[in-house]
Amino acid sequence: MSKITFILNGKTVSVEGNPGVRLLDVLRNEFKLTGIKEGCGEGECGACAVLLDHKIVNSCSVVLANVDGHEITTIEGLKETSRYQVIRDSFGHAGAVQCGFCTPGMVIATESLLYDNPTPTEEDIKIGMSGNLCRCTGYQSIIEAVKKASEDGDGLW
Amino acid sequence: MADISKSIEKVDLYEKTSGEAKYVSDFSYDDMLYARTLRSTVAKAKIKGIRFPNLPEDVHIVDYKDIPGKNVVKIIFDDQEIFPTEVVTYIGQPILLVVGKNKELLEEIIHNTIVDYELMTPIFDWVSSAVHYHFQKGKPEEAFQKATKIIEYVYDTSYQEQAYIEPQGFIGTYEEGKVTLIGSIQCPYYVKNALLQALDSKGDEVRVIQATVGGAFGGKEEFPSLMACQLAVALKKIKKPIKMIYEREEDMISTTKRHPSKSKMSAAIGENGEILAIKSNIGIDGGANIGLSGVVLSRAMIATTGAYTIENIDSSGDVFLTNTVPNGAFRGFGAPQMLFAIDLFIEHIAKDLGIDPLEYRLKYLAKQGDPTSTNGLFRDPIIMPEMIKKALEISKFKEKAKIFSRPNVSKGIGMSWFLHGCGFTGSGESTHINALVKLHKTKEENVEILIAAVDMGQGVRTTMRKLVASLLEIPIEKVIYDLPDTDKVPDSGPTVASRTMMIVGGLVARCAKKMKDSWIPGEMLLEERYLQPSYIKWDEATMTGDAYPAYSWGVNVVEVSVDKTTYEVSVNEIWSVYDLGKAIDERIVIGQADGGIVQGVAYGYLEVMNHSNGKLLQKNFTDYIIPTSMDAPKMTTVIMDNPYPLGPYGAKGVGELTLVGGAPAVAKAIEMAIGKKVFSIPVTPEKIMELMKHE
Ligand code: FES
Ligand code: FES
Repeated sequence: MSKITFILNGKTVSVEGNPGVRLLDVLRNEFKLTGIKEGCGEGECGACAVLLDHKIVNSCSVVLANVDGHEITTIEGLKETSRYQVIRDSFGHAGAVQCGFCTPGMVIATESLLYDNPTPTEEDIKIGMSGNLCRCTGYQSIIEAVKKASEDGDGLW
Repeated sequence: MADISKSIEKVDLYEKTSGEAKYVSDFSYDDMLYARTLRSTVAKAKIKGIRFPNLPEDVHIVDYKDIPGKNVVKIIFDDQEIFPTEVVTYIGQPILLVVGKNKELLEEIIHNTIVDYELMTPIFDWVSSAVHYHFQKGKPEEAFQKATKIIEYVYDTSYQEQAYIEPQGFIGTYEEGKVTLIGSIQCPYYVKNALLQALDSKGDEVRVIQATVGGAFGGKEEFPSLMACQLAVALKKIKKPIKMIYEREEDMISTTKRHPSKSKMSAAIGENGEILAIKSNIGIDGGANIGLSGVVLSRAMIATTGAYTIENIDSSGDVFLTNTVPNGAFRGFGAPQMLFAIDLFIEHIAKDLGIDPLEYRLKYLAKQGDPTSTNGLFRDPIIMPEMIKKALEISKFKEKAKIFSRPNVSKGIGMSWFLHGCGFTGSGESTHINALVKLHKTKEENVEILIAAVDMGQGVRTTMRKLVASLLEIPIEKVIYDLPDTDKVPDSGPTVASRTMMIVGGLVARCAKKMKDSWIPGEMLLEERYLQPSYIKWDEATMTGDAYPAYSWGVNVVEVSVDKTTYEVSVNEIWSVYDLGKAIDERIVIGQADGGIVQGVAYGYLEVMNHSNGKLLQKNFTDYIIPTSMDAPKMTTVIMDNPYPLGPYGAKGVGELTLVGGAPAVAKAIEMAIGKKVFSIPVTPEKIMELMKHE
């Protein structure tokens, strides 16, 4: 048992517990942040993506101990921002949401990508989104959505 | 009125992007338990005994002895046990559930449980036929006798895994004698009917509610009934809420997949190089039980001549039982296997005869008024010639084919033509399903759509509401369509077979028109039941007549590059032209088209799954490779209107059509790039290397 303190969606939180548990379980079970999805549990699908100090990570592959003193943003935190609104609208416009199970992870990946590189090329986008699997869309609409978010969100990133 | 196809914002856009949409794993209850599954590690054996470690008092074992009703999962063929009584027949088969509070502890118990097996001899070869079908059209024997030449080839296809990103799952409660399940499912009433039989319950003692579904593609058609029966038995025994969500690995090794197949094709060729008759024999691997395999087989066989009209046909097929994971529904449902075989076969015949394949294929392209493969009738206009023209134009097919056919270019372009029958095969809609839909206007003047159709990403929550709003000329906000709940909605049938918009939507549209004509303020309730058009005749025993009420049509063109040293294939671009009657929402249809073709093309060259002595060699996304954004080709889709009189606004089926032509198109493209005939998918670098060895 140990105490882990980190910033979660802008608030400082502490968790007493096994430092070896998956961040995914802590966020979903203790904090009820169920926008984070578990698609594979093995770091392969990106459905569980969150931002760790503004970089995308798969929360199923991060243990609680690793976030001590760091900042975690989940879809629940991101959705309060104006950047999220741009991403949401561009996903809607491009038709990039079908079953939606990959979508929160895709939104996180978009934020992470545009934060690093506000004007990505198509190739940058393909690489940036390649850790997130989608079985419904065939990706073209997602790539378009990221492109559009980058254009519409001019100045936000 | 604005064109119905003009896109609107998806009604679930906000809840899905924000993470608020509730999938089954997002539900929980206070004193909830978890269920984990003990699985067979052998392909065939008698269970002599099971030795458990010391079990804490609050851990429960649930097995066949706890089933109150029949130990059978009600599907179509009743040959699957809920829990094995004595014999296990495939690796990964669930034997029993371990239920308790602490998931880690359950894992540990499963790990330390020893099953004593008495091994039996498993079958992996395709020797034991459980279903055999045969039909003929015209006089194939005579044609083969007259033939001046006979051309024969064998085509084979492997497994494909649905790989929905959300694994299978249910959560259930037991309250006052009633079992309620919330699940990730395509067919609430399949699940409910299976539960009634398993629990020996009456109609109102079981309730099934659909959660938001994170992808299905057929994988959540019949498989969930097995899981639901197991969980319901546990609920009845333990009487506490229980959650049962599969891990990716157990999902991949134990749930249904696309049937591997082998099609032996032969053609009787006349003296002028014309096809006098085609004979096909397809075998599909059903796995350890029949389940839906017979129905899959019949859809495959009906596609024997694909988009072509051939005068004389002899078509036969078998479902073989093997001691492997049971196969089942997957978008396309048997058609992808046969369409791959036939579209390649006609191309290969043309090549062997030294005739330009494009010209040769055009000669046999089906036209309105032609008899179908089963001697039904293509009643409605077929606009394939215009569609093909368009596809040739936008893809620059002819120009590219000319360049790519030269040696050492290592690029190829391939074109597939195909059709997909909309709705259940044969008389299924009227005999098995008999769909009922209701439209309810509330006191507040909101209109509620009461149907069991499930939105699994294909957008039906948006398109159905749009349809009703448009017909009633009311704002879409006044139309309600909640996630189906069997306590509230009638059985409008399963969400399968590209039937939802054409059949269910057609009934909803009829209700809406009636409501509009008889509109009064305040409450109204209207219902419609499916009636087979009287001109549709189907004889199940001989497989003759109209197999489907209508057909959607398509053309796919795929361009590839093949690396000269590694034989790695990359898909450069895809062009598609579809006749799906009328798009109810263009953007949603394009979304289906994009996702479908990427799955279909990946089936043809990328997705590898196989087993060794009944053990699947791919069990997660590291081993089973599906396309990522890095593989995403540029896609252009053209939709051509060809309204079907009985579909709402003329709509026909969409979902499966967009997958079925992918594999033949990419296989032909690879064929051009490597200058060799392809007979087997997926066309992996290993297979290309094999082909290149045989000069
Ligand atoms: S659940 Fe974490 S990457 Fe798939
Ligand atoms: S929308 Fe279904 S997995 Fe991406």
